[in-house]
Amino acid sequence: MMRFPARPAASRVPPSWRHAVLALGLMVLALAGCSREPAQTADPASAAPDAGVKPSYQVAWSIYAGWMPWGYAQEAGIVDRWADKYGIDLELVQMNDYIESVNQYTAGRFAGVSVTNMDALTIPAAGGVDTTVLIVGDYSNGNDGLVLKGKDGLAQIKGQRVHLAELSVSHYLLARALESVGLGERDVSIVNTSDADIVGAWQAADTTALAAWNPQLAEILATPQAHGVFDSSQIPGEILDTLVINTQTLEARPELGKALVGIWYETLALLQAQTPEGEAARRAMATAAGTTLEGYEAQLATTYLFYTPDQALAFVRDPALRESTDRVRSFSFEHGLFGANATSKDFVGIGFPDGGTLGDPDNVKLRFDDRYVALAADGQL
Amino acid sequence: MRRLINLAPGRNTRWLLALLPLMLIALVYLSASAQRHAANPADKLLPTPAAMADAFHRAAVEPDRRSGARIFWTDTAASLKRLGTGLGVSAVLALSIGLVLGLLPLARATMAPTVAVLALVPPMAILPILFIVFGLGELSKVMLIIIGVTPGMARDLALKVGQLPREQIVKAQTLGAGTWQLLLRVALPQALPQLVIALRLALGTAFLFLIAAEAISAESGLGYRIFLVRRYLAMDLILPYVAWITLLAFAFDLALRQCSRWAFPWFHQGRDEM
Repeated sequence: MMRFPARPAASRVPPSWRHAVLALGLMVLALAGCSREPAQTADPASAAPDAGVKPSYQVAWSIYAGWMPWGYAQEAGIVDRWADKYGIDLELVQMNDYIESVNQYTAGRFAGVSVTNMDALTIPAAGGVDTTVLIVGDYSNGNDGLVLKGKDGLAQIKGQRVHLAELSVSHYLLARALESVGLGERDVSIVNTSDADIVGAWQAADTTALAAWNPQLAEILATPQAHGVFDSSQIPGEILDTLVINTQTLEARPELGKALVGIWYETLALLQAQTPEGEAARRAMATAAGTTLEGYEAQLATTYLFYTPDQALAFVRDPALRESTDRVRSFSFEHGLFGANATSKDFVGIGFPDGGTLGDPDNVKLRFDDRYVALAADGQL
Repeated sequence: MRRLINLAPGRNTRWLLALLPLMLIALVYLSASAQRHAANPADKLLPTPAAMADAFHRAAVEPDRRSGARIFWTDTAASLKRLGTGLGVSAVLALSIGLVLGLLPLARATMAPTVAVLALVPPMAILPILFIVFGLGELSKVMLIIIGVTPGMARDLALKVGQLPREQIVKAQTLGAGTWQLLLRVALPQALPQLVIALRLALGTAFLFLIAAEAISAESGLGYRIFLVRRYLAMDLILPYVAWITLLAFAFDLALRQCSRWAFPWFHQGRDEM
């Protein structure tokens, strides 16, 4: 019966002791598990300006062509250099799940997050978290697209099952695409498919239509039967990729905004530079995005990046921003994204650099702020 | 003797004690929710009970703005259909595999290692392959449940059938029973109540795979709704859905237990019930 030689040392220990040791071991393991919980200062208010220690902030970002500079800036030490200059501790944290990063920001876990204009409006702003759009980094200029399998006309989408991340910018893109050919959302059925699984979903035989964004979109368009029938270059300036900051945090510590803007434009200059350093930076961002240098440059070509502060300022100060924001908030309200309390699309107020607002002026929760980018444009950072 | 080990609660105290931890959880939630709402009246993370009741009312009673359906009930029906089909097929498969593996040494030698290996493959990791093989329709969702639940149940049943007293098998054979009769008349009746236990234990896992499948691609279902409204942090709808899923799972568990007591009273005699 006995397969292993009995160990005399072990047999001398009474069984009850062995149980006790086992229980103790499990408890130690459990405690070790608990203590791994990172001790973060989630509450923006806890980082008071006059506290003796350096205030520390975390800003979340996720993989997307127009957000890769944030990851590179963290790796290349650009973040640390600007943070030191303004006497703060700053870390850009990469999150694998985009929507989770936005939810964590809304819950107060991060001081800021990289997010699209529509999600900034419907998640934190509609949730009562006063949010400032610090940097409008780019707009999607073909990075989001609608793809049909074996058919090449947008009107042929009628009656199909369209796979996309429901209630995301892909959904918005679909609504705009249908509008352009006189169809409505009732003419198709929408199957909610997570962005992480959309490439796999396209391989399935019964998938005939979908909407996605890069890098997934590029991968789907590279398959033989795929026909891109509509993309965001047909609605320029409507899908914005931004960096937002909690307004109270920013007010308490304007240095945080200055540091982030400084980091952003320094990294963008590097991204654009036709120098060995520039290429090394692009190569690093491409690798981080899981593609090749060529693949990444193709994605950048469909991303309308505002490379200089002046370009960004011109865009944010243009009255056209008001119009596109109005479209986005109408879509959001019609799809119930403002929640139960909202009785009209005016529920959430949106502030613009000229002091004007859209929606409820007493409930402004999303603010396009040009002051920090203006400092960068004037070379005062 | 008055020692802690000998103190047992009476009938009423038992109820009180059972409710105490749940009430504590509710209390902690309410105070945390009140705190967050004091700081931000539009907080979505920890909604007030009134907001949850409101969201639930809209989902269960009022027709949806876009589809016109009462989404709570269409979601529940879609999910229950998937769960029922998945668990039903899993139960039949697990019973057949378990009986054969448990009873026939030849089958065990050939198949048991394979089943053991398959049981260890995480289905979520090979999801893209499952998409291609089963498509993205209802079939793939049911298959995810089947693949996720069957190997474990089959192994459990094989183990239980293999533990049947050797004397029973020998005695049946001396009375003239063949392999087929042994399978049907000796092993099957004893395996059935074990199958119910395996089903009860697999219920949580099955729900997990159901929600995962619906999160990946779906048009309706409890998991679909949770992952959809998670996009704008609508915890006021998510929390009632979670409570409903818990209640459903609890009801199934209870129903399976009662079924087993009714159908196999001999099995439950002198057992400590959980």
